[in-house]
Amino acid sequence: MTAKLIHGYEVVIGFETHTQLATQSKIFSRAPTAFGAEPNTQACAVDLALPGTLPVMNREAVACAIKLGLALGSHIAPVSIFARKNYFYPDLPKGYQISQFEIPVVQGGEVEFFLGDEKKTVRLVRAHLEEDAGKSLHEDFIGQSGIDLNRAGTPLLEIVTEPDMRSSEEAVAYAKELHKIVTWIGICDGNMQEGSFRCDANVSVRKPGAELGTRREIKNLNSFKFMQQAIDYEIRWQIEQIEDGHAIQQATVLFDPDTGETRAMRTKEDAADYRYFPDPDLPPLHISEQWVQDERAQMAELPRTMAARFVADYGLPEYDATTLTQSKAMAAYFEAVAKACSQPKLASNWIMGEVSRRLNMAETGIEQAPVTATQLAALIGRIADGTISNNAAKQVFDALWTGESNDVDAVIESKGLKQMNDSGALEKIIDEVIAANPDNVAQFRAGKDKAFNALVGQIMKASKGKANPTQVNELLRAKLAG
Amino acid sequence: MTSTALHDLGVAQLATELRERRVSAVEAAQHFLARAQAHQNLGAYVAVNPDITLAQARAQDAAIAAGTAGPLAGVPIAHKDIFVTKDFPSTAGSKMLAGYQSPFDATVVTKLADAGAVTLGKLNCDEFAMGSANENSAVAPVGFDAPAPVRNPWATDRIPGGSSGGSAVAVAARLAPAVTGTDTGGSIRQPASFCGITGIKPTYGRASRYGMIAFASSLDQAGPMARSAEDCALLLSAMCGPDPDRDSTSLDVPAENFSAKLNDSIDGLRIGIPAEFFGEGLAPDVRAAVDGALKEYEKLGAKLVPISLPRTQLSIPVYYIIAPAEASSNLSRFDGVKFGHRAKDYTDLVDMYKKTRAEGFGDEVKRRIMIGAYVLSHGYYDAYYLQAQKIRRMIADDFQNAFKDCDLIAGPVAPTVAWKLGDHGNDPLADYLADIFTLPGSLAGLPGMSVPAGFGEGGMPVGLQLLGNYFQEARLLNAAHRLQQATDFHLRRPEGF
Repeated sequence: MTAKLIHGYEVVIGFETHTQLATQSKIFSRAPTAFGAEPNTQACAVDLALPGTLPVMNREAVACAIKLGLALGSHIAPVSIFARKNYFYPDLPKGYQISQFEIPVVQGGEVEFFLGDEKKTVRLVRAHLEEDAGKSLHEDFIGQSGIDLNRAGTPLLEIVTEPDMRSSEEAVAYAKELHKIVTWIGICDGNMQEGSFRCDANVSVRKPGAELGTRREIKNLNSFKFMQQAIDYEIRWQIEQIEDGHAIQQATVLFDPDTGETRAMRTKEDAADYRYFPDPDLPPLHISEQWVQDERAQMAELPRTMAARFVADYGLPEYDATTLTQSKAMAAYFEAVAKACSQPKLASNWIMGEVSRRLNMAETGIEQAPVTATQLAALIGRIADGTISNNAAKQVFDALWTGESNDVDAVIESKGLKQMNDSGALEKIIDEVIAANPDNVAQFRAGKDKAFNALVGQIMKASKGKANPTQVNELLRAKLAG
Repeated sequence: MTSTALHDLGVAQLATELRERRVSAVEAAQHFLARAQAHQNLGAYVAVNPDITLAQARAQDAAIAAGTAGPLAGVPIAHKDIFVTKDFPSTAGSKMLAGYQSPFDATVVTKLADAGAVTLGKLNCDEFAMGSANENSAVAPVGFDAPAPVRNPWATDRIPGGSSGGSAVAVAARLAPAVTGTDTGGSIRQPASFCGITGIKPTYGRASRYGMIAFASSLDQAGPMARSAEDCALLLSAMCGPDPDRDSTSLDVPAENFSAKLNDSIDGLRIGIPAEFFGEGLAPDVRAAVDGALKEYEKLGAKLVPISLPRTQLSIPVYYIIAPAEASSNLSRFDGVKFGHRAKDYTDLVDMYKKTRAEGFGDEVKRRIMIGAYVLSHGYYDAYYLQAQKIRRMIADDFQNAFKDCDLIAGPVAPTVAWKLGDHGNDPLADYLADIFTLPGSLAGLPGMSVPAGFGEGGMPVGLQLLGNYFQEARLLNAAHRLQQATDFHLRRPEGF
């Protein structure tokens, strides 16, 4: 399809995402990586760049890179090189960042996702291993800045895309998909507030068919909401500039959520010369085919594969399968319910419906759901075998959710929710309703279907909701026809 | 107590005296501390702390008494001030690190301490190991209020060589039986040559660099300096070994007993003589001494084989691109933020950086930082740094070709004997050119030695350089030891010491 145009301009977006890796220790030292500790308590001599210290590669971080490469169908370089990116900043203890420049560990690959009904593919350029910097703390110190080096040396994978995205929606969908993948394969905790997943968006606009426009890079987008706002603002701003006859200057910009605007931090003229060169303290990183195979063997099923399996094995619509594979925990919950009750579509409906609604209200994840998969399966079983109606099931679910009870059958019993499956008793109610509503009966016989529904309603009411609607339908139709 | 003065004993003899309790570690330490003080005018030591030294010595006496002593139990040594130490300040000869206290010991320091060595103190060196004359130290030696020249005990108006100048002087003047040094482009071999002592730089990666304040990471290597090859072997055996948890460039090659083969015959040993080491620039007095040593080798049954190292000349520009490039980056951490010197008055962050580094670094360090930043900068990287790396590989290949025809390579360490203090004055190029014979081995990462080979102009010592193939340290030490069994140059002492 052709790209959506905005005021006649095509939008071009590429992403760089800094993914903090969920390793126990830092990328080149043994200091722990835990977030939120007192400043400078999680930084060892290596992280502080004390004279005489040297970096030693953390194998776990390399394993994370291999997993990402496997998940995205990338080439995993058998030999990659660490390089020094030289610049002075107080939160960069060595005066250089150890990164990968010419030969990164992960090369190529792609991220596939749905934007609405349309399948999109964003190609990756690379993903490289590098160390995070510390943090400058400008509050709390009058006229001075504090430096917290706890974060210094935290392993990062910087994931760089081709400029393949054509709208802010697509960009956000890409970011969400990438977020899903890195958390799914367990290489990142995905906590955007804590900075575990930080996106930079390179945005430019052009007339269709023209050369790529000059890009501006929006730094540090750490929420999906701000990401969309920032990109939308940036697109409008760039188009206005061009329409007003101004050329776009390459720049790095920051998004201010308070004003909803982006503003330039530095322009290309200020761009530093990082004097990259291979780090002589680190030999080339060798990754054996065996190591890649071992990681492959240990990798969990990927969301895309799992969704396809849900369609094939459980007969779910693609929409359901994609929704249920948004997180590993959600998918696991679904599978547990579906297997226990053998009603995959009902399980899907309940999870995407009632369960998700309650989770959203509680602002929590499925891991914290008070209704276990076993309980939900039991509940669905009771719907499927006709013991209770869907409406009654919601009451049972409520009791389970609030902790009123943890046993499905006990709730059905104590609340008297069992459907009236005794056709004798039901027929008696139906006969009474027919007798009491001659008008409706007459209208139905005159061809008005609405009247039938009114009678069903009356019967359900008279049964206090316990009648099985399917059974009511059958019996009523038979009686009226007779 | 034997009749020979303690300071005339070699490490091996001293270790035996200590183990057999004819002398205590405390006595040995006191003896050398007293000598260091008596000769502090040489400027060799930059830090001593008798309390700490004597405490270490007492611990070794206890270990000897308990029968748990290591091979170097009670042997007093001193460390070049490039190694960080918990118990002494670690300055790298720089104002930038004046008074800096490291919270940890360098691996080499720990290993020697584990072998039982007692630390006398820290030794003067060129700032961040950058220099060939030890005239670039910004630290006041013990007994001085301001930086002072380090003096060669053979002629105190001459330089000792560099950058391990204090190390070489301490051994030559018998202020320590043995010491550590570091060699990036010749910083062990050249001062050893100039001061008439023995020094060895092992294969790059054999000794851990952890705790060595980095100058040029791909070249820096620690090594021992002592009076004899036998003594160097003892120290080197303790210093080497893998350090995979701290230094990624440390090689997975087990520690070795380098003393085991010292006495092997060298009959039939093929010694390669590179034509390029004996050209125009070589002073006749140095040449004569080196030729004399080579004749001794022939007498011992070795064969001299002419070889070629065609890119010897190129090693100077290659080295003076790669080493400053790495240094410019390694020295970025000295920014006044976390440790070391910080300027007193500054207006903002950039001003703080500029003033701190302008005040903290000496001229030679600044010169190399600028060269390094230049050769790495955008647009120049390919022409300088990348090209230098390619030639570096070719230089290493030249050695592999040469080693097809010989077992060792021999030649001069430096073109001249030690020059007079201030002679190279404002001409850093003169210093750089004097490194020509040591740079090729450094760039190739090969082990190399300096062995006393005689005396030249002004009665100054001349060293013979021996270079081996990778991991051939034992063979180098064997060849050096056999020469020292046949000659007494290494036993000569400068007058008054």
